[in-house]
Amino acid sequence: MSVKSIREALNEAMRDEMRRDPTVIIMGEDVAGGMGAGGEQDAWGGVMGVTKGLMPEFGRERVLDTPISESAFIGAAAGAAMTGLRPIAQLMFVDFFGVCGDQIINQLAKFRYMFGGKAKTPCVIRTLYGAGTRAASQHSQCVYPVFTHFPGLKVVIPSSAYEAKGLMTQAIRDDDPVIFFEHKAMFDETGEVPDEPYTIPFGVANLTREGKDVTVVAIGRMVGFANQAADALAKEGIECTVIDPRTTSPLDSETIIASVRKTGRLVVVDEASPRCGLASDISAIIAEDAFDALKAPIKRVTPPHSPVPFSPVLEDAYVPSVADIQESVRSVMGSGASARVLEGAD
Amino acid sequence: MKIDKQRLLDGYRTMRVIREFEERVHKEFMTGQIPGFVHLYAGEEASAAAVCQQLGEYDTVASTHRGHGHSIAKGCDVMGMMKEIYGREGGLCGGKGGSMHIADLDVGMLGANGIVGGGAPLVCGAALTAKTLKTGGLSVAFFGDGAFNQGTTLESMNFARVYDLPVLFVLEDNGYAESTASSWSIGGHDPVRRAEGFGIKGARVDGHDYFAVYRAAEEAVAAIRNGEGPRFIHIEFTRYYGHFEGDAATYKKPGEVQDERRYLDALKFFRARTTGGGMLKAEDLDAIDAEVDTLIDAAVREAKAAPPPALSTLTTDVYLSY
Ligand SMILES: Cc1ncc(C[n+]2csc(CCOP(=O)(O)OP(=O)(O)O)c2C)c(N)n1
Ligand SMILES: [Mg+2]
Repeated sequence: MSVKSIREALNEAMRDEMRRDPTVIIMGEDVAGGMGAGGEQDAWGGVMGVTKGLMPEFGRERVLDTPISESAFIGAAAGAAMTGLRPIAQLMFVDFFGVCGDQIINQLAKFRYMFGGKAKTPCVIRTLYGAGTRAASQHSQCVYPVFTHFPGLKVVIPSSAYEAKGLMTQAIRDDDPVIFFEHKAMFDETGEVPDEPYTIPFGVANLTREGKDVTVVAIGRMVGFANQAADALAKEGIECTVIDPRTTSPLDSETIIASVRKTGRLVVVDEASPRCGLASDISAIIAEDAFDALKAPIKRVTPPHSPVPFSPVLEDAYVPSVADIQESVRSVMGSGASARVLEGAD
Repeated sequence: MKIDKQRLLDGYRTMRVIREFEERVHKEFMTGQIPGFVHLYAGEEASAAAVCQQLGEYDTVASTHRGHGHSIAKGCDVMGMMKEIYGREGGLCGGKGGSMHIADLDVGMLGANGIVGGGAPLVCGAALTAKTLKTGGLSVAFFGDGAFNQGTTLESMNFARVYDLPVLFVLEDNGYAESTASSWSIGGHDPVRRAEGFGIKGARVDGHDYFAVYRAAEEAVAAIRNGEGPRFIHIEFTRYYGHFEGDAATYKKPGEVQDERRYLDALKFFRARTTGGGMLKAEDLDAIDAEVDTLIDAAVREAKAAPPPALSTLTTDVYLSY
């Protein structure tokens, strides 16, 4: 066990799996860096430095810098996965799924089903998501609801360094295609991480804290925000359970339902756009399966229905804040109280 | 085909505005006041300046993430650009876009672009508009060596050819896409032949030579206006700064950047050639230098003094009506 950043945790997971399994390869734009250039090799290690050090250890045959041809190299990862390799392809920013969507959505996701169970496609697509870095409308989106929508893809969104390593190891060993989301504002966040390889199973949520009043489900970077909000609310006497689903496909709906059955209140915090997002999806599951347990209307905390703005003041107003979460929790507590009054009047 | 004196002075001024703009943005970025990703065009000035000099009011250009030079050359307001880069009210896009999304449709600047390869299809569309509405306009796609390997770019070249669209494809080959060398990434190593494979005539020019770019662009634009369909120019040059502000560019050979600045400078070449040959007087160029310094100074000062956009604008402009 030692303290590691998310960047280091991810690097370690990939390094250990590449040592263990010679069929694991990495491909993407500047994942090593310096390809064909006269200066430093391994100059970048990917745009966030996550794969730095892997090319020197495993060589350019297993760490492939690619031309800027996402359709070709993401599609090649899918084809290689179907024929015996375990590629980890980096789609630099998830916003760029727009240029290679077919290879992910119509090819990679569907081989196993369309081919009657004959294909196995162990492929990981690592990708950056999220706002907060002044990267504007084409480099800040979440998009994970889109991938969650498509049957055949597994969708992983780690919220800490511990999760990052365990989920990445599982993603590489998993025989299904995995879209692995990394928040670009979180790489330097640190935590205790075991030095040896370990896996975290998909479809198992993590309760970061338990409290009797409100269930707060949060995704990715929002898990940290929700924990901060819960700390502050505890001082006001409101006790929150915070649930990090860790994977949105598969989704551990049982844990969420069980928690809402205890607390009777649900707030879902999602950095993705509000329409057809994870917050809506989880709200629908609760409305369907635990409606009778609800003491208050469900509350979703999301950005507004607009693209991500550039200007810092606008972007800060766009991203859900700790204060937004606190306010929503207070509001479900408020309407919860009035619901109890109504019950009493019955 | 002599280039007349006023055009030369205009070309120099545009290059000088771009250079000074980028040098200042670089300096100001280091103070931490400019947010986000900023990609500088210094070293590449001759391309934007000499190509856009061939264009008129019905012509359009699509740019890239490295878009300040194209924006300036196509006539975007420098004050508005600087405010946009600072994310302030009065920015060309109201502070919503930033460096990577500067656009001004009123001057035919269809936008910088955060998506590599995003511009070429848009340019085909603009050319289709020009052709359908018979405006006489043409459209220029500026794109990098990295973008030359993107499917969207290659599809657009075929698309422009089959419809004989008035499109000029300008490959700005600065040797690198991020840290990856174009000598490696462009398979076949011969962009002009690649263009010819699409049936598009192309030329290769030294991008540090304003005159070479000017002549190639002039010839291509004349052919396009003559109804001959798309053309292609491969411009070779260097970028002085890292891929984006903050990139140390260690993938370049030691000394490469210093050598570029010393030996590969479109502005220095221009000055030496025009003043040495008696085409222009050094004082004329000095006067432009002084005027441009004042302009960029004022732009930075105004941008820093401008207020941030009103919070109410966060959700405006998503739709026209909803
Ligand atoms: C579709 C897409 N893929 C990758 C990127 C990330 N990216 C931004 S600029 C760049 C390099 C572009 O190189 P080039 O086209 O040569 O332009 P230059 O930066 O040299 O001007 C990359 C890979 C992107 N913005 N969009
Ligand atoms: Mg380039």
